[in-house]
Formats: sequence, C-alpha cells, structure tokens
Amino acid sequence: MNLKTKSAILGFGVLALAGCNTDMWRQPKQEPLDASEFYADGAANRPLVPNTIPRGYARQDDAYYVGAENGKWLDGLPAGIKVNLALLQRGRERYNIYCTPCHGQLGDGQGMIAHRGFTLKRPVGNYHTDRLMKMPAGHFYEVITNGYGAMFSYASRIEPQDRWAIVAYIRALQLSQSASPSDLKPEELQSLSAKNETHDRLAQK
Amino acid sequence: MAQIFRPSANSVAKLSLICFAIGVPTVWLAIAGLSRSPANTKQDVPLNQPVPFSHQHHTWELGIDCRYCHTSVEKSSYAGLPSTETCMSCHSQIWTNSPMLEPVRQSYETNTPIQWNLVNKVPQFVYFNHSIHIARGLNCNICHGPVNEMQITWKGNSFQMAWCLQCHRAPERYLTENITRPGQSPREQVFNLYWELQKKGVKGLTIKQRDEARGEFTGSDDAEDLAKGRELVKKYGIKVQQLADCGVCHH
Repeated sequence: MNLKTKSAILGFGVLALAGCNTDMWRQPKQEPLDASEFYADGAANRPLVPNTIPRGYARQDDAYYVGAENGKWLDGLPAGIKVNLALLQRGRERYNIYCTPCHGQLGDGQGMIAHRGFTLKRPVGNYHTDRLMKMPAGHFYEVITNGYGAMFSYASRIEPQDRWAIVAYIRALQLSQSASPSDLKPEELQSLSAKNETHDRLAQK
Repeated sequence: MAQIFRPSANSVAKLSLICFAIGVPTVWLAIAGLSRSPANTKQDVPLNQPVPFSHQHHTWELGIDCRYCHTSVEKSSYAGLPSTETCMSCHSQIWTNSPMLEPVRQSYETNTPIQWNLVNKVPQFVYFNHSIHIARGLNCNICHGPVNEMQITWKGNSFQMAWCLQCHRAPERYLTENITRPGQSPREQVFNLYWELQKKGVKGLTIKQRDEARGEFTGSDDAEDLAKGRELVKKYGIKVQQLADCGVCHH
C-alpha cells in the first residue's frame, strides 16, 4: 500500500466519523426548562427582575385583574367579559381540568383528591353552602388568583380570562344544584332524565 | 520459479469473496438495526427520576387531566413541566411525610427546581411544536405511548425522523374525530379519550380508541377511516404536499 492509498483511506475514515458529530444535536443555546450551569439556581428559565412588569402585563383594571374594586369584591363579572354559551363551555372545560380534582364535578367539594386526604386538615370548599351561594363573583376570582386556606394560587396556571370563565361556570353549577324540576321545560326534563343521574335524584325529591 | 499460491488458495479466494458479500451487508444491517433499537433510541426504556412519579396513578387512578400539570400544551411548542408549586398544590396536604417526596419539599423550601431526567427529546435542529398537533386533534398517546399506564415514564416511540414522516407523509391515516359534545373543536376532542377512559374503562372504548389509549395506534388503513381522514385534511387546510418538506421541522 503506498502513501496515497493510505491517506485516501484515512481521509474517508475521518469523513465517515464526522457523521457521528452531534454538535448540532445539543447546541449552545437554552430551551425552556433547560438546566444551566451559569445561574446559581441551576435553571435556564429566569424569574422576573423584582419590581418590573413584562410588556403587556400592566394590569391596571382592578375589576378585571383583581376581582375587586375600591376594596369590595366585584358582584357579577367585569365589563370586559360577556356571558354566553362559549364562555360557560370554556369555563366548564377549565373547571374540569383545574378544579375537579378537589372540588368535584358538581362543585360539592367531593373531588378525588379531597377523598385522598385533603379533607383531613380542612374540608374542601363546597359551592352549594349558604356562605358561598351568597359570595360575590369577585371572591371566587380572587381565590383562584391568590389561593385560600390550603388551596394554592392558580394564577400561573389559569389566565385571567379563563378565571372569569370558571367563575361564570361556578355560578352555573350553583344554579344547577339548587334547581327544581319545575324550572325546566317538560321536553328538557324528558331528555335530561334519560341521560342525567343528577337530575334523576332531583326529580325524586 | 516457485509457485506463489498453493492450490488451496483457490478455495480461500472464493471463500473470502463469499465472506465479503455476506459480511458487508451484515455489518451494515447490524449498525442500522442497532441505531433503531431501544439501546440507541431509548424507546420503551423507563428512566430513573429524582421522584418516582407515576402517570398511571395520577391520570388513571385519580383522573387528573393532562393539562393540570402540562399547562401550556395547547398554546405553546412546549407542553410544560409542572413547577414544584404544582406538585405542592396537593402534596402540601397529602403524603406530607413520604420520603419519596423529599426532593419536592426540598425544592419548595429552597426555591431550587427539581432536575428531572429528560425522557422525550428531539435533536435541537428539530423545531417540534405541541400546540399544532393538539389543534389537529392528535392525542397524547399517539406519540407518547400509553402514558396513562406508565408507573415510571418511558419514551413511547423512537422519535426518529422516519417515525415522524409516517404521519407527515400520510396525515389522513392518523386524523380522527372523537366528538362527545356538539361543536367541539379538534383541540377539545383530544382529551375526550381520557375522560371516556375514566368513565367506561378500556373495555368500553371502540377498537380504535383502545389502540390509541394503549399507544398502539399506528395509522388506519380502513377505507372509511381514510375517507374521514381525507375530509379532515381538507377541513383543517393541511397542505399535504408540503408537510414532509425539510423546512417544516428543520426551519
């Protein structure tokens, strides 16, 4: 084998090995939730600089973003929210994701997690008690935003718009659980009783 | 002049030709097989985590929606991992003395994140986006496998390019509708599977749903499904000719 052949084989070998190069697989950039050796807490995600507000987050409308105005909870929904079927459906969807684990699908505080031990220390809120039936809507918004008792804040998980949708749906739940069969049209009664166990229970009363 | 080769050299020459003909493809196939095997792709290999989190327990037994923890899956490229705060929403009250949850409490007290080991990853030159796949009604298990049955999470599919292309070349084989309430968008339909699984159990599902729930759905060739799939491709405005272009994923 002469030198030319040897260097040709070596050259091809090196080229073939270049295929194993994974520089591009892990690039010198940070993706969300990456670890970082640079920051002290080991996370690439950075918390907000204290006393700053991100662009677009200047939330000055207290009624909408706090649920209270002039130190009083808002009774009803803020001006920017229109109650319609789409809002209630969105509210039901978000409620079923974030609230049912504890509050249950009926809002009676009998969710799965409540049964798994949350009640041992403090019972989970039941929307159908007198106290919560009379509570202004702003209270529910504020509880979702800041938490209450053993309940954590859900502000980082639920957007303000969705929080109001959930509040609207909680009102619908309250209405549903204190409704009497006479509130319904006969044809609604018929179609419901075929499907809905809850309604069956009401109808028997 | 003496002979250079003995008569047996004839056989050696023939044999070496045969070995070459068999050997090269064998080595080639072995490398190809190895790169596709779980040893390389880590498919179906459960990965140790600082906290032995069970999806099976949280989603299947307790019925917690995927989005309770993976909050951004519908609106962002990242599904999002739950923050320690999300874990503590329940575990500040439940299993408060469990040694398994010590890293979670530690993380909460010291305000340092838990370092989970990444189960599902694609190379960084792939720009995968969760939200668009959810918006087209593809449920979690089609890509992630039977997450609702996983005690310790594993990678449900190889996530190699050939696997991605199965669907990107023929989306009509994968698109389905699963409407339980009138007017549901494809995004909303995605999570119906898990509610139905809760309500009816595996046995109450249709065969296709069962395959989806078990992470065994690899596209349908049923004429009716394909017709429906083609209709959905049209309805969603999916440009099939461009869907397998390099730039779709490799920007």
